[in-house]
Amino acid sequence: MVVASPRIRFRDAQIEMAHGAGGTASRRLIEGLFAPLLFDSSTEPLGDSAHISINGTRLAITADSFVVSPLRFPGGSIGELAVNGTVNDLAVSGARAEALVVTYVLEAGLPTEILEAEVRAMGRAAHAAGVTIAGGDTKVVEHGKADRMYITTAGVGRLIPGLQCSARSARPGDAILLSGPIGDHGITILLARGELDLEADLSSDTRPVIGLVEALAEAAGPGVRWMRDPTRGGVATALNEFARDCGLGVFLCEERVPVRDAVRGACELLGLDPLHIANEGQFLAVVAPEYADAALDALQRTPGGREARVIGEVRAQPACAVLVSTSYGGTRIVDMLVGDPLPRIC
Amino acid sequence: MRYVDEFREPELISQTSEEIRRLADPGRHYRFMEVCGGHTHAIYRFGLKDLLPPNIELVHGPGCPVCVLPMGRIDDGLSMVAGEGVIFSAFGDMMRVPGTHGSPLEHKARGADIRIVYSPADALKLARANPGRHVMFFAIGFETTAPSTALTLIRAKAEGIRNFSVFCNHVTIIPAIRAILDSPDMRIDAFIGPGHVSTVIGCRPYEWIARHEGKPIVVSGFEPLDVLQSVVMILRQMQRGEARVENQYRRVVPWDGNRAALKVMAEVFTLRSYFEWRGMGFISQSALALNDEYSDWDAEKHFSIPGIRVTDPKAAQCGEVLKGVLKPAQCKLFGNECTPERPVGALMVSSEGSCAAYYQYEHRKSQLVSIPA
Repeated sequence: MVVASPRIRFRDAQIEMAHGAGGTASRRLIEGLFAPLLFDSSTEPLGDSAHISINGTRLAITADSFVVSPLRFPGGSIGELAVNGTVNDLAVSGARAEALVVTYVLEAGLPTEILEAEVRAMGRAAHAAGVTIAGGDTKVVEHGKADRMYITTAGVGRLIPGLQCSARSARPGDAILLSGPIGDHGITILLARGELDLEADLSSDTRPVIGLVEALAEAAGPGVRWMRDPTRGGVATALNEFARDCGLGVFLCEERVPVRDAVRGACELLGLDPLHIANEGQFLAVVAPEYADAALDALQRTPGGREARVIGEVRAQPACAVLVSTSYGGTRIVDMLVGDPLPRIC
Repeated sequence: MRYVDEFREPELISQTSEEIRRLADPGRHYRFMEVCGGHTHAIYRFGLKDLLPPNIELVHGPGCPVCVLPMGRIDDGLSMVAGEGVIFSAFGDMMRVPGTHGSPLEHKARGADIRIVYSPADALKLARANPGRHVMFFAIGFETTAPSTALTLIRAKAEGIRNFSVFCNHVTIIPAIRAILDSPDMRIDAFIGPGHVSTVIGCRPYEWIARHEGKPIVVSGFEPLDVLQSVVMILRQMQRGEARVENQYRRVVPWDGNRAALKVMAEVFTLRSYFEWRGMGFISQSALALNDEYSDWDAEKHFSIPGIRVTDPKAAQCGEVLKGVLKPAQCKLFGNECTPERPVGALMVSSEGSCAAYYQYEHRKSQLVSIPA
């Protein structure tokens, strides 16, 4: 029997930082190299986690690596991020994280107190998110071969009953909800690096969003079409992926998107768009119009969801694109993140 | 947010937009060039075209420093990191600009020590922190960024820091505007004058445009209301048959410029007799070099650079786009062979480049028949 070799369409000669930035280059790498070689030729778009069935039990499974620099920043640290990132990937794919396994890659010479602080932070975050750390592994590489510490977490979760998310179930008229202000994490990391002489009273938004997702599922479960945590590449990249996966358009009202003044100010100064900045404690949801009010109300009543907003809607046009309208009547297309303005953000 | 929100006030913007419609003669077509890439970016980002009547066409000018840099200069700069112990430092805009053998970012991925800095002073800091290495700063920009390069060099000299040099690619705005006006295929009715450059050079250097070329020029800020108000000011001049230099950006731009900045520039730089501009060819007295007092910090003297001229890919029409003769989407490579991720020309790299701005905010919009409001 002759098995045809999967066709690889990834033609970039080498790996660059942009391939890890979560934008167009990342998508090209995954769809052009990983997917054809590793995954069944499934037609389902690639989500935040995979759903598998073991002896009839449906589980969600995912993994995420963390290479953030600096290791500690206002509002969080790599250990905490490593738990919340994976818990949130499961949450937005409609699952409650049950157990995580953890891998630490450590650089020789790392002070024990730094490692211990991160292991403690991880334990606290796991407790807060209600997830068990079930096991793990440690590797050490020579000094200079890694930057202090990288963490990988893999998690399994139980599917939340009543949620059936797929971008393809979206329809024109669906409401787009955002759980809270955007850009806090990315800008916090940028400022924490100390390369810019900028200071702001700002901290990372890293937190588990499972409580908010469960509240949403309870109030509007049958109407929830799609969810995503807008991490690297920000809200713009997540919504562009959604638009491409469902073939519809996303229409955003810029003035409805909550952005703190410190984030706006930093973005204005640096020429960045808050819609492209990474978040670690927010999520987007597309909800059928008849459930939109109940969904927003449920989010706003849940701790941490007070600043949730409806920021736009799904429209037939512009197909596969995100159009932003400004308060004064101008419009612009917002594409996925191109390149990597802020490397190693998580 | 103060100094931002006031200039994005919906009510004022709609009033200004209506005033433009009142002033514009529906029987004629207007072509206004925004010289500065910052304006190009703002026009696309804020969707200002939607607020102008269709007979007012905004033509993008050459005021994007990354875009006008010829590929040969990027190759020259990158040749410097081939040597042991050299750190190449530049602004982030430079990182994806293609050279013959790849961009600075691609060189970095292959192991070259290439750092993004946010100011030339940060490059000098790198030199202080790495006494065993040589730090080269790839200086680009118009008169906007030239003073900070000058100040950094003055400090390097005062402190006697010898492991630091500047590869000077600073250019000046006036000769570029002159070249555009001299170009036979160019029909421009008026200019939206550069805001940031003018904070340094002031408004006087533009007087010849009004006096000898008979074109209105309004130095403009970068918020939606700034740009729209500048269009109003131009239309009023045209209605009265006038051609003057006006300053819409008075909250930032002094009429006589910034004397302290001009002084440090004069202390460090000398005019090159000619310099190559991408897509526009050689323009005389259009760029700055370090003067003899600073030759010890001049990367062109410190390193032996190939200095080879590299012609742009034939199919790319960067020159025509840069001069405003073609719209970005009219270039044969636009959107297929040349994208922000895989740029062929520098106009597709910098956020101030008209191709990148057009690609990011406009081109998929323009593919649609209609946009539901």
